[in-house]
Amino acid sequence: MAKIHVTTTINGSATEYLCDPNQTLLDVLRDNLGLTGSKEGCGSGDCGACSVTINGRLVCSCLVLAPEAEGQKINTIEGMAQGEKLHPLQKKFVEMAALQCGICTPGFLIASKALLEKNPSPTETEVRYWLAGNLCRCTGYDKIISAVMEVAAEMRGAPNA
Amino acid sequence: MSEIQYRVAKNVKDACAAMAAAKGKGYILAGGTDLLVQMKSGTREPGVIVDVKKIPEMVSIVEKNGAFTVGAATPAAVIGEHKKLKKTWPGVVEAINLIGSTQVQGRASAGGNLCNASPAADSVPAMVAAGVVANIAGPKGKRSVPVEKFCAGPGKTNLKTGEILVSLTFPKRGKDASDAYLRLIPRTEMDIAVVGCGVSLTMKGDTVKDARVSLGAVAPTVLLVDKAAKALIGSKLEDKALDAAAQACSDACTPIDDKRGTIRYRTKIAGVLLKRAALIARDRINGIEHRGHR
Amino acid sequence: MPDGSPNPKYKWIGTRPDRPDGADKVTGRARFGADFNLPGQLIGKVLRSPHPHAIIKSIDTSKAEALAGVKAVVTAKDFPEQANLIVPTGEMQVNLRDITRNIMAREKALYEGHPVAAVAAVSEAIAKQALALIKVDYKVLPHVIDVADAMKPNAPVLHDGMITEGVNPPPTKASNIAKRVEFNKGDAKAGFAEAEIVIERDYSTQAVHQGYIEPHAALASAAEDGQVQVWSTTQGHFQVRGFCAKLLNLDTSQIRVTATEIGGGFGGKTVVYLEPLAIRLSQKTGKPVKMTMTREEVFRASGPAPGGNVKVRIGAKKDGRIVAAECTVEMQAGAFPGSPVGPACMCSYACYDIDNVHIVGFDVVSNRPKVAAYRAPGAPISAWAVESTLDILAQQLKMDPIDLRLKNAAKKGTKTAYGVTFNTIGMVETLEAAKSSEHYKSKPKPGYARGVAAGFWFNVGADSSAAAHVGEDGSVTVISGNPDIGGSRASLALMAAEELGVDYDKVRPVIADTASIGFNFVTGGSRVTFATGLAVVNSVRDLIRECKVRAAKIWNVDPEAVMWENGMAKPAGSNVGEFEPLTLAALAAQAGKTGGPINGHAQLNVTGAGPGFGVHVCDVKVDNDTGCVTVGRYTAAQDVGTAIHPSYVEGQLQGGAVQGIGWALNEEYIYNAKGKLDNPGFLDYRMPVASDLPMIETILVEVPNPTHPYGVRGVGEVPIIPPLAAVGNAVARATGVRMTDLPISPPRLSAALDAAAPKMAAD
Repeated sequence: MAKIHVTTTINGSATEYLCDPNQTLLDVLRDNLGLTGSKEGCGSGDCGACSVTINGRLVCSCLVLAPEAEGQKINTIEGMAQGEKLHPLQKKFVEMAALQCGICTPGFLIASKALLEKNPSPTETEVRYWLAGNLCRCTGYDKIISAVMEVAAEMRGAPNA
Repeated sequence: MSEIQYRVAKNVKDACAAMAAAKGKGYILAGGTDLLVQMKSGTREPGVIVDVKKIPEMVSIVEKNGAFTVGAATPAAVIGEHKKLKKTWPGVVEAINLIGSTQVQGRASAGGNLCNASPAADSVPAMVAAGVVANIAGPKGKRSVPVEKFCAGPGKTNLKTGEILVSLTFPKRGKDASDAYLRLIPRTEMDIAVVGCGVSLTMKGDTVKDARVSLGAVAPTVLLVDKAAKALIGSKLEDKALDAAAQACSDACTPIDDKRGTIRYRTKIAGVLLKRAALIARDRINGIEHRGHR
Repeated sequence: MPDGSPNPKYKWIGTRPDRPDGADKVTGRARFGADFNLPGQLIGKVLRSPHPHAIIKSIDTSKAEALAGVKAVVTAKDFPEQANLIVPTGEMQVNLRDITRNIMAREKALYEGHPVAAVAAVSEAIAKQALALIKVDYKVLPHVIDVADAMKPNAPVLHDGMITEGVNPPPTKASNIAKRVEFNKGDAKAGFAEAEIVIERDYSTQAVHQGYIEPHAALASAAEDGQVQVWSTTQGHFQVRGFCAKLLNLDTSQIRVTATEIGGGFGGKTVVYLEPLAIRLSQKTGKPVKMTMTREEVFRASGPAPGGNVKVRIGAKKDGRIVAAECTVEMQAGAFPGSPVGPACMCSYACYDIDNVHIVGFDVVSNRPKVAAYRAPGAPISAWAVESTLDILAQQLKMDPIDLRLKNAAKKGTKTAYGVTFNTIGMVETLEAAKSSEHYKSKPKPGYARGVAAGFWFNVGADSSAAAHVGEDGSVTVISGNPDIGGSRASLALMAAEELGVDYDKVRPVIADTASIGFNFVTGGSRVTFATGLAVVNSVRDLIRECKVRAAKIWNVDPEAVMWENGMAKPAGSNVGEFEPLTLAALAAQAGKTGGPINGHAQLNVTGAGPGFGVHVCDVKVDNDTGCVTVGRYTAAQDVGTAIHPSYVEGQLQGGAVQGIGWALNEEYIYNAKGKLDNPGFLDYRMPVASDLPMIETILVEVPNPTHPYGVRGVGEVPIIPPLAAVGNAVARATGVRMTDLPISPPRLSAALDAAAPKMAAD
């Protein structure tokens, strides 16, 4: 199969790769680029573990063809912390035990960050519906929802909820 | 293994030409949220994938004389962010925003939802009730068909080889009109509709002047249920009229038993949803907001 | 730094510090099963039977082998035959002769998805192409899916030689009933004669999947000299080693297994599927082989947990005192014997002190994937039936459902139907905590109704090894061998810090591979914080003993004259002499002169696991027109022993409760008439999503386990047991309709409501 050459930006860095026409963005991230933080839980867009943003828009990278990334800006979990500094959501997830096994965590973090960028003051119901496409089997979601709500409050500068 | 090609179409003509050249092995890539899953499972094996997201008219929303034309590949999230469209056609936009998760919303389109031709597609009953028109381009030029005439059966459209769905036109709407879409799913999110129901109403005072009713997932294609609409027209949505319309909906169902629901259940729920959707549409005309997920 | 422990006895235990693997898991750095790769690796894929029941007449792999890029194909003939030998895995037991047939079908394919061949190729695409070129000649046989059908005399028999065990005299004819078990206490017949009210009902549940988000994955590299390395996402890398050694005729010392980070298991990753295939393919090709399951493969061919039919009969006095109880459990084993029917029977009435109990269970094979453990295996199924029946009893006696359970609650000294007499347990305390909760004391919101149910699990001890090493600077590495599936690194480090008297962040917990620490039984049965925790505590005690010896050498006194306090060696009394305390850093600095590196070790077979009890309170609202159920409020109370890291204890309660809610409302394996699974994906296998749920409130009832130095009880199993009946009981009270078959999905509940409507109108 003839490979396609793609030039894109991943976590702020100009990146090039060769991919098959039917390869998914998730496969390229994981297999070609070694960015294994995005996980494959289902390959059908039902679990959200492969969540990334493309030009700021939240998507499942298993439902994006790798050639589609040409000229786009992709952000993955590997780009969320800034140097030594964890993003407030990352910090809060650890602090509040919002993960048990951790396989869904990168997807939840990417999705939660996209939510707070769009809606800095979500209600609990809004958080729950926004994150309904991210499956977690360990936590019952409770501590994840609490962590997102608390980060939202902190980022708004409100006192701790 | 056959060679798969990925092509980015620059314009509608280019896309049609690529599809025509693919001789039935061409697939349009809009959001890809159905196509990629089908490719993975082997139910669709494209020879050529034609990406239409670089065609401006296929990813934009244009208002002209009160009517909206929505590019067939416009992501659902973008549609949901269009305040005026949402205000004019709250039911259709709500239905489009029910397709899949937030992640899927970032990619999935109403056009793709229609072209996938699932009888359970969420946006389709709402578009049928709304009287949305599908604008098609092909080797022999352009044509338009009502959305309810677009699909031929589960997984099958009436598009001819080389034809593509370019956009969807939502008709002009008065202030005395609104719409609603409800679906029944076992969870609160992430499910395929067991039954979907779209209702579009035009009121004069408290009387229904015009109505369109549609049902999804109860027949091989989405149904436009004229009898239910007739039962509503002229009524004040009193119980008797709603009961008659609900019965008409149940009567129109020819569903199947499957993993998502039974014949009995689907037939019953069609009527239940009709009543609820009709009252929501009326509330919206009266300025009462509804944000139900069920 | 967290605030001090709420428990005045402790400095670290009971605090909520960041977990040691936290940063790795929020940045994508943590490496799970599918994240491991080796240079030159091949990709392995499995060919699976499309038939639920078929004789494999022949397999022709020649075309696949001839395909460019294909390096090897294996079938059952590449694996040696196994003896009829039972080995334990977690809480379940498996027969080696069955395992080798489950990883690769031999004479017959016994379920849709049963592996029949595997391929290693240079790419996934070529491996998939090769699968399509393998020609299997099947003779399709009639299949049987449901337990009741499988037990019928004329049912298609899966295993020709299978004679029901536990029946005397043994049957002469083979059947699908692998085993009958029976438990007796007192005289049930006499008990029922005494009863003033008797309730009898039949219940059923469907098979459900553990639903871990990470699919199975394994990477194997076999060298020409017989040495093998494996990276696997597993709850027990020692079990992977042990199984693979047996299945491939290797010494355990030849196989080195590294447990990757594990993306959920819940019991489903205590067995092997891919690992032996990857090793065999690697042996044949001389190259590393990586295998991962798709989500569809996970559903069709791993797990699930069984469904079953349960008949319950309970007799009581009018004051609520239960005088007799019976139940019969018929449980799916899947294609091979070994359902958790034993634990289901044993747990059924274990919450209660009942004089006369009679329990019978049947282990039944059918053309489904072989079941695996799932959180308190079997117990939710019998509890669904028993706890629903108790709710009917409470309603008929007009008693508060918690009061009814309090009246019959098991206590210290209660003898169970399976023969064990309880030591200190917290059933009464847990019921009282639920009863006095703000949730239970407040009225349900308008439109909502409330259900209550309880649950019991034994918990597990078993084998653990641990080591504690002091570094040159005095910081400590604690090494154990159980994959961390939900925060156990944190709980082990907390206990080590507490025991050693040093700060939590001076202790680094590490999970070693099978060649780097002694044997550890699986992460399962809620045993890690309890049993491996005890091994860690003992390894630290061994380390402290060594530290005292070193301090004694430095001070030139007897080791008995040295005490250990706040992380330092001190003179045990004023008569020992005046010495400056020696910290770990000071001891480490002089280690070369006092005997070399300072390490501690422990290995033990842990017994005395303290059983756990849970009581859940659930408020639901039912949409009577659609049958949709909304859970509006939920509280889980549990006897947790001592909560070492309370956040992760709460997390176990919350996660287990939600799995149980899913089991109650929507999760089920749906088979079509052809015996094929109709919903092998997350779209139609409906696990709860975030918008389906309220916050899950927790009440940690701390009744320390007297056999553990820190009072630890396993906490992970119990929370999945009560929700099935807690939800069902709430639905019954909301609608007046008692659901006896799970799941209570909208179509089912709607049909039941419609069927009951004329009757209720007449009433």
